[in-house]
Amino acid sequence: MIKLDEIQKRLLREVADLHQVPEGAYNIRSNSAAVGRQSTANIEITPKTDVAGIDIRVRPGTKNESVHIPVVMTQSGLKEVVYNDFYIGEGADVLIVAGCGIDNCGTADSEHDGVHRFFVGKNAKTRYVEKHYGSGSGTGKRILNPGTEVYQDENSVVEMEMVQIKGVDDTVRTTTAELAAGAKLVVRERLMTHGEQNAVSTYVVSLNGDGASADVVSRSVARDKSYQKFDAKIVGNAACSGHTECDSIIMDKGRILAVPGLEANNVDAALVHEAAIGKIAGEQIVKLMTLGLTEAEAEEQIINGFLR
Amino acid sequence: MLELQNISFQVSDDGSGKEIIRDVSLTVPDNELIVITGPNGGGKSTLARLIAGIEKPTAGRILLDGEDITDKSVTDRAKLGVAFAFQQPVRFKGIRVVDLLRLASGKKLSVAGACEYLSAVGLCANDYLEREVNASLSGGELKRIEIATVLARGARLSVFDEPEAGIDLWSFQNLIEVFKNLRKRIVNSSLLIISHQERILNIADEIVVISAGQVERQGSRAEVLPTLTGTRAAVKGCRKAQ
Repeated sequence: MIKLDEIQKRLLREVADLHQVPEGAYNIRSNSAAVGRQSTANIEITPKTDVAGIDIRVRPGTKNESVHIPVVMTQSGLKEVVYNDFYIGEGADVLIVAGCGIDNCGTADSEHDGVHRFFVGKNAKTRYVEKHYGSGSGTGKRILNPGTEVYQDENSVVEMEMVQIKGVDDTVRTTTAELAAGAKLVVRERLMTHGEQNAVSTYVVSLNGDGASADVVSRSVARDKSYQKFDAKIVGNAACSGHTECDSIIMDKGRILAVPGLEANNVDAALVHEAAIGKIAGEQIVKLMTLGLTEAEAEEQIINGFLR
Repeated sequence: MLELQNISFQVSDDGSGKEIIRDVSLTVPDNELIVITGPNGGGKSTLARLIAGIEKPTAGRILLDGEDITDKSVTDRAKLGVAFAFQQPVRFKGIRVVDLLRLASGKKLSVAGACEYLSAVGLCANDYLEREVNASLSGGELKRIEIATVLARGARLSVFDEPEAGIDLWSFQNLIEVFKNLRKRIVNSSLLIISHQERILNIADEIVVISAGQVERQGSRAEVLPTLTGTRAAVKGCRKAQ
């Protein structure tokens, strides 16, 4: 039976929408130890022996199953690097819910660096949801540095939703993907930084086979004195199509650097990038004020919608 | 009832102090539809923005139901019962039509309730409720949604700034029906429409002609409309659409 305290339960709700022990396969990691793990007939979770982390193996053809692998940290000063490898069998269709919540009430920095590798088999479909959240009143920083590597076999589909809305002081997110023929990658990143936070997000997506496609879209809000860098590069090595977009709202004294990049190494590669940074349009605020909202309420609604 | 008392509005971008509105006084009584018309650049839209509180007059007072709202903010005026439909509806990334209608109604609006407002402006609710109020919507669709948000406000005074601007002729025909219906259902409230369109002037109780920042003429439709037909103030829908 898993025992979690109230803070751990709250973090689990924030990062995985979990109110209780999930159905299906799961691995819950708390303060550098697994506090609960369950495999199912089709999804096997085993701990690694050489480094911290787990292997998740999804049998070919597995449909409509989910894996939850949330991480919570409440002990100040904890630093860990965790390696999780996902092997998604041919033709499988699964949902993976990851995420990390750090509550740091102490003075020492807490850091979780999750390295996730996805090996997605032919015709398999994976939806990956990752939420990062920080809380706690201590001066110690809450640091998350996720590294994600995606290897997609022919005609596989991967959808990634990455969300970091609150409380993470420092983050360097590195995502690389290699797609074979007909494979499709869709990334939706939503990020909000505040205070003095720093967030760097780097993508390199290589479209190596004919018919491969990628759509990498980031929406972000930088408030207070926070800084963000979004660096997304799509490399077209075949007859493929790629789109990357960075759409940002800047507020207060926030700073944003957007570096959309495209590299075409094949005459039939069709690649597009878009980037826009700007403050909230004054007329948007006025419109919502004419509906009876105060200026602050209007801003909140606009940001909530933007990051939906 | 809305009263404008000796309203003036100056802009001084280049220090010249150009007067956009000059000593305008008018009354919008309850249960009436007033149409403000007049040549482009005459100050009509500015007047609408002054009423909504988006601009502040440099002189004069604005009263709503006897209460002086001249110094009240846009938000306060909205809460007191002023609704405003923009000439150019604002787009929002991520905010859905249903969200906007809920914000407008100021309460937890049911889906059925939201549908009612969309139906009133001739939109099939199922197709629109979940859509984002962004650039994927056409000018005509945005305009109708804008009007639906004003309906959802259930305001004492609803101000529409050139509802016909930027929409195609087909949408315009439907829009006239929307305003006709609004006119029929007007209870304990009033409508103020800025418009050039003869067909909108045709459903007015009273017409005010604003030109060069001043009230040029004011009176019942029967009095004012015959003097306008054929002038630049009233343009037939088909001519405008060309």
